[in-house]
Amino acid sequence: MTPLDKVEGRAIPFGLKNVDTDVIIPAHWLKTTTREGMGRGAFESLRADPDNLFDSADFKGAPILIAGDNFGCGSSREHAAWALGDLGIRVVIAPSYSDIFSGNAVKNGILPVVLPQAAIDRLMEVAATDPVFVDLEHQTVTTQFQDRFAFEIDPFRKMCLLEGLDEISLTEKSDAAIGAYEARLDAEHPWMRPAA
Amino acid sequence: MTRPRTLYEKIWDAHVVEQRPDGTCLIFIDRHLVHEVTSPQAFAGLRATGRTVRRPDLTLAVPDHNVPTTPRLDAAGNRLPIADVESAAQLAALEKNAPEFGIRYIDAVAPEQGIVHVVGPEQGFSLPGTTIVCGDSHTACHGGIGALAFGIGTSEVEHVLATQTLLLQPSKTMEVRVEGEVGPGVSAKDIILHITGVIGAAGGTGHVIEYTGSAIRALSVEGRLTVSNMAIEGGARAGLIAPDETTFAYLKGRPYAPKGADWDAAVAYWTSLATDPGATYDEIVVIDAADIAPSVTWGTSPEDVVPITGVVPAPDSFADPSKQTAAAKSLAYMGLEPGTRMQDVAIENIFIGSCTNSRIEDLRAAAAVIKGRHKADNVKWAIVVPGSGLVKAQAEAEGLDRIFTDAGLEWREPGCSACLAMNPDKVPAGERCASTSNRNFVGRQGPGARTHLVSPAMAAAAAVTGKLTDVRELMA
Repeated sequence: MTPLDKVEGRAIPFGLKNVDTDVIIPAHWLKTTTREGMGRGAFESLRADPDNLFDSADFKGAPILIAGDNFGCGSSREHAAWALGDLGIRVVIAPSYSDIFSGNAVKNGILPVVLPQAAIDRLMEVAATDPVFVDLEHQTVTTQFQDRFAFEIDPFRKMCLLEGLDEISLTEKSDAAIGAYEARLDAEHPWMRPAA
Repeated sequence: MTRPRTLYEKIWDAHVVEQRPDGTCLIFIDRHLVHEVTSPQAFAGLRATGRTVRRPDLTLAVPDHNVPTTPRLDAAGNRLPIADVESAAQLAALEKNAPEFGIRYIDAVAPEQGIVHVVGPEQGFSLPGTTIVCGDSHTACHGGIGALAFGIGTSEVEHVLATQTLLLQPSKTMEVRVEGEVGPGVSAKDIILHITGVIGAAGGTGHVIEYTGSAIRALSVEGRLTVSNMAIEGGARAGLIAPDETTFAYLKGRPYAPKGADWDAAVAYWTSLATDPGATYDEIVVIDAADIAPSVTWGTSPEDVVPITGVVPAPDSFADPSKQTAAAKSLAYMGLEPGTRMQDVAIENIFIGSCTNSRIEDLRAAAAVIKGRHKADNVKWAIVVPGSGLVKAQAEAEGLDRIFTDAGLEWREPGCSACLAMNPDKVPAGERCASTSNRNFVGRQGPGARTHLVSPAMAAAAAVTGKLTDVRELMA
């Protein structure tokens, strides 16, 4: 996974609320056995409009996406994170995310920044014409107009993003603890194993 | 004495393998359900890193999303090829990956095949008090039998395959208490649609919802699975309903459920999981069952719920400006005018199926409404897709298939079908579907398709009249 620290550039002033992962990547793009090339299907229904934001001269390839409440709700499809990554998006800024999407984003090197609606409204205004700066180490979103918004992030997720960590390797260090848990489970609740 | 705990806290505590200093926990996963769409990249990851599946015995794979619902065998009993090349490739990948990694596998033509969230409880593979994951957000469904069950992404699928654990932060808890008796024509689906309308699509974000109260206790296991299934539509990754005698009676004797003395030990343990008196939730929502009508969605978010007796709302009737914008966009997509009576909305397509509503009780409810009647002429496409081969066989033994086909509905093979339109079952652009599925998102049932979420009985009523209909009028 590509480490992420500072991201600066144009931010797509998308702003919609309750954007579900079916909108981010429709189901017919899920018939694949690889992770690549999902960007072509990203926001397909919206990009059918030739004047859409995502393909406009200003925002094509922009590394930041600004959205409304409950971004990434619905289906657990990680293809949504793959699609955003393939579009070139490294940071999403929204008031809230679905739990599954924010986890999927982090696992693909995409930072889900949570900011209150007032901050989103201001960033939408700036993003229309000017770049936005995101600093994960210092947990801030800033603009060239002295805007400075601090955000919270779970320390474990922050570390994974900063270092580009592979979670499976990390968990494998707990192999003995998992083995001990399995042995205890078999002793205390032998019926937990599937019967057939 | 220990602090009183909720059902969620008890299951969580029993599954902590390790707690990290920042509060993140390594949680043991008791059951992993795998399907063809979200697993190929995870198996590829294992292969690329030389990893194996740690607990193939706790993993069950079954294809469901992509399978066609037309016959899968020819007259001689040979498997028919799948026309869609990409779907066929995904199914072939699962068929190859399962034996290669030693995983239990139910193939596309096995009598037990079906939607993974129907198959899990039906096989007794899903059990109360266990942690269950699957690369599908409707894994929340299994909370209906008292399992802590939630959807995961493909990276997490790979993580569980390799380690049988997940790194998680504990969730907040929400109690949704539904007290009283529901009226005639009001089903589990109407209860959860109503709840979603009350709490909103993001209302449960960061929470696990426990559904309690007399109206929930009165539900069958099938009804509880329907309620918990749509916890995710209210933003909660998981739902929970405390296991009780109804749950035990449903599970006893199922193939993977404990047997003999193991069964008794299991029931004793499951009984101990109920939320303790005095335990507290981070949020509590109380709903009077008498307020719940047969319900229907008007927009493109599952929170867009009104009683069938209601009208399409005007965008400016919402206080929140972003909801006003969303409602206006929804109405444009849905082709609806504010003030239109929901019962005046004509329907061209009917879908009875999905992990929300494809169990035997759902099919019985739909059949009871449609028996002796025929679908309206303006209904062009109406399909009934049982949740599993076993549900299908049971329905056929009861003659339900004939009731549907006599009424002009198609009786199909089990799978996810038109709920997400990955297989050939799609609603045409610009047309409406009264659907027993769980999501009315833009394009969910096909590009441009307009979905109205309803209960099985309400879908059957719409099939008969050709428009959204108050099923109570057909019950008189």
